[in-house]
Amino acid sequence: MHRDPLLTVEHLTMRFGGLTAVDDLSFEVRRGDITALIGPNGAGKTTVFNCVTGFYRPSAGRLVLSSGERFDAAAVDALTKSGRRYSRQDGLFLLERMPDQEIAREARVARTFQNIRLFTGMTVLENLMVGEHNPLMRASGYSLFGLFGLPQYRKREAQALDHARTWLERIELTARADDPAGALPYGAQRRLEIARAMMSEPTLLCLDEPAAGLNPRESAELNELLRDIRDERGTSILLIEHDMSVVMQISDHVVVLDYGEKIADGRPDEIRNDARVIAAYLGVEDEGEVEEVEAALAAGQAR
Amino acid sequence: MDVFLQQLINGIALGSIYGLIAIGYTMVFGIIGMINFAHGDVFMLSAFIALIIFLALTQFLGLSSLPLVFVLVLIAAMVLTSLWNFVIERVAYRRLRGSFRLAPLISALGTSIFLANFVYVVQGPRNKAVPPIFTDVIHITAGSGGYKVTLSYKQILIVAVTAVLLAAFWYVVQKTPLGRAQRACEQDAKMAALLGVDVDRTIALTFVIGAALAAVAGVLFMLYYGVVNAADGFVPGVKAFTAAVLGGIGSLPGAVLGGLLIGLIETFWSAYFSADYKDVAAFSILAITLIFVPSGLLGRPDVEKV
Amino acid sequence: MSSAAPGRFDFMRASKDAALAAIIAAGLSFPILALRAEPDIDNRITLQGRWSWLFIAAAIAFAGRFVLALLNVRPRRKPATDEALPASAYRAARFIGPAGLALLFVFPLAMFAALGPQGSLKWIDNYGIQILIYVMLGWGLNIVVGLAGLLDLGYVAFYAVGAYSYALLSTTFGLSFWLCLPLAGILAAFWGILLGFPVLRLRGDYLAIVTMAFGEIIRIVLVNWSVVTNGDAGISSIPRASFFGLPFTAGPNGFAATFGLKFSPIHRVIFLYYLILCLALLTNFVTVRLRRLPIGRAWEALREDEIACRSLGLDTVKLKLAAFALGAMFGGFAGAFFAVRQGFVSPSSFTFIESATILAIVVLGGRGSQLGVALAAAVIIGGSEILRELDFLKQIFGEDFDPTQYRMLIVGIAMVMMMNWRPRGLVATRAPTIALGERRAISGALVKEGHG
Repeated sequence: MHRDPLLTVEHLTMRFGGLTAVDDLSFEVRRGDITALIGPNGAGKTTVFNCVTGFYRPSAGRLVLSSGERFDAAAVDALTKSGRRYSRQDGLFLLERMPDQEIAREARVARTFQNIRLFTGMTVLENLMVGEHNPLMRASGYSLFGLFGLPQYRKREAQALDHARTWLERIELTARADDPAGALPYGAQRRLEIARAMMSEPTLLCLDEPAAGLNPRESAELNELLRDIRDERGTSILLIEHDMSVVMQISDHVVVLDYGEKIADGRPDEIRNDARVIAAYLGVEDEGEVEEVEAALAAGQAR
Repeated sequence: MDVFLQQLINGIALGSIYGLIAIGYTMVFGIIGMINFAHGDVFMLSAFIALIIFLALTQFLGLSSLPLVFVLVLIAAMVLTSLWNFVIERVAYRRLRGSFRLAPLISALGTSIFLANFVYVVQGPRNKAVPPIFTDVIHITAGSGGYKVTLSYKQILIVAVTAVLLAAFWYVVQKTPLGRAQRACEQDAKMAALLGVDVDRTIALTFVIGAALAAVAGVLFMLYYGVVNAADGFVPGVKAFTAAVLGGIGSLPGAVLGGLLIGLIETFWSAYFSADYKDVAAFSILAITLIFVPSGLLGRPDVEKV
Repeated sequence: MSSAAPGRFDFMRASKDAALAAIIAAGLSFPILALRAEPDIDNRITLQGRWSWLFIAAAIAFAGRFVLALLNVRPRRKPATDEALPASAYRAARFIGPAGLALLFVFPLAMFAALGPQGSLKWIDNYGIQILIYVMLGWGLNIVVGLAGLLDLGYVAFYAVGAYSYALLSTTFGLSFWLCLPLAGILAAFWGILLGFPVLRLRGDYLAIVTMAFGEIIRIVLVNWSVVTNGDAGISSIPRASFFGLPFTAGPNGFAATFGLKFSPIHRVIFLYYLILCLALLTNFVTVRLRRLPIGRAWEALREDEIACRSLGLDTVKLKLAAFALGAMFGGFAGAFFAVRQGFVSPSSFTFIESATILAIVVLGGRGSQLGVALAAAVIIGGSEILRELDFLKQIFGEDFDPTQYRMLIVGIAMVMMMNWRPRGLVATRAPTIALGERRAISGALVKEGHG
């Protein structure tokens, strides 16, 4: 089945001084897919992420987020020529032109971080509420209605609270809703960060190594959570992952990077047998990683 | 043209003093990433120490050889100010390393308030003027409009002492094990500690060196202006900090360059625009540099990590 | 430190440490404390020896160090953080608010009843009003520093803008206080946005330094722009507060005559007291309310992690500007009140040391905690007023001794000690803004203090 791409990365290049971290990279994230971005350490995965989410401004290339049903190439070109950053009515966003907060707010791209970035001194519930900040802020009349306690805002807040409750249940943290996020165990912090990003109801969710540091049971739970997000919420996912079992089990599409360039792009079973991918991974010096890859490949084949 | 030359001379002399203080800011920032708010007041304290030692030597002991007195005052001020800063680091900053980020800054602010008021209380609020010394001047040009460009012995002394001490300091930082330890701690204090560098000791020595250079500045300041007051730490402190920022905080040549620039800007501003607003010039440069070129002239740019 | 087992007191060791401390103290105080340079009648500077001071300093250091050893208090080597206070303290804290509020409302009347119009004047004016001004300033700055985590060292600039706004608007255009009060707030907020805009990109200590520079620039302009501000001499004969049009004068149209009271200056002081109390409570009300709204949570989130905020689509620039403007506005209100109370403003009231004092109040009270800030203001400002009362010390230390000089000295020491002891301030915990179950205080160790 062919689906139109949600995110199109065209000729993305990112240079830091003399170092080219990402070189002429093109790939697509299709709507409703879980797309994995993999590659050895230092391949430039996080740099791609930071470009997509606006934390870095790419040196060259075009990043199109098309949230409408169909990808309209003519409209994209028109928008590119117009010099505007995005067109809300066409659902088209040129991410390379937009700053990070605008990408999150307008293009509805949410992300998590490799080193978890929770609001540690705020409660689990507060973290989730901040995730829904923008609609709440509008409902509070930019604080004016809220200041006088008007019912309009109170209703909207109750609604947000319900939304938070469903996520609390989904990530099994209802009992700890009023505990500070910094006091949660590591795995729960990872889940909370994903739920916080989901509170903003994104069209694209970017996850930077969501399974890092999780034990096998937590990792399995994460897989289930991500599948739910894809299937029930209809949110497309772009993720960076080192854990090959996660990648092979849940992703619909895999893009492999090495030294800032794309070396393979396809379904997990295609990637598994790709000679260049195996070479790239076996070429690394890290013995542990090689074993991990081989084991994962074997596990994949056995199923 | 004559006015210009005269302001150039004055500016370089003043800039040398700022440069010496700026090194203290930049070294401490480099090694523990903290703005040592109290450094300006340490400088003021050193000027007071210099004043008192000077009076003690000339009045109590009756020494009359000025060069000898000057050297003794310099040494005494450097030693005693270093001791002060050593104790300050121990009491106010050491335990706060690795604590909340703002804790050392606020502690430094407290130390600054304490020092200014301590000197105010124990030495009284009045200006302390020293009898003029090294008053001779060299006439460079006898200008046409009766304007004489002069170069005073004081100014020569200031620039000479600054140059000699900077050379010595440069040697310490570049060539000795202490300097190496210091640069190691700047890069990564934890790793340096694992490799056997005594981080506590290195940081303490950084404060001692910074204070010693501030003391030199204090002695020269007393010599140049001939008057000190307990409130004199704040404004020169801010200007020296501006110098450190302008040169690129963390960069030692930058601190000296920034000091000279600030000294020149201040004297030219006073001469050609308005002496009333000369402090506004310094504060504005500080704000403008931090907003538009936070890495300064010679500093390394700071990349945001995501 | 000591190799002896904990709890066992090593006399030799303690003596040695104490002796070392004494020697260092003597070295520190040698020229600066033991010799005083003072100009004589001919303006010739001479030294006076005060060697006893050196020995006193050494003795204090010796005794202090020895007592520390005796109590077996060792300097902790781990970075200072806070342990949470016992739960009972928080339960007690719940009653401090309402009880303190009741006390504040009754205070001037009780003083008046107990001490009469003459005796109560000093207490209501010097203690009541003075402390409340700083409570309000502390609460205003708390929005910026405590909630949004932006370290502002130039807060006094907005206080000055408010004071000069009222002074100039009332003396030049004859506008009434009640009209000037909102205007002063708006002007201060405007300046807050103006100054806030360029500095918002800055992080960390840099923001503190630039705000300090702005504060100083505004003061220098006030000093030198004599045409408008009358320079160092300041603006005097500013219209004093009136009771909604009724002046507090002895005349037949005055407040006292209208209400059939005997004229007394205490009427105006009591009126001013309630005025500043209302202004301070307004500040508190708005802050507490905003904290529970999206904007307040966003401020706190900004303090916790700005990058995460950006990834969630929060408009960090607008949020920071809002915090700056709101804090500045309350500073402006307080400034207008200051001008109407004094009837006189001059640049010397708006020095950097004022900014530092207000920041010290916020920091010592506990950033983000309304109660802590109020307590810290009472301790610092009340404490320095008490120092004025210690005139009897002159009999011990001689006529030159002026206890008020020691105010900032003590504040400085308090700031250093507080950072060592409780770096997050008196009230280190944070109360959640929303909860499913019971609201539980969050330990200060988890709460971050912001990057700017």
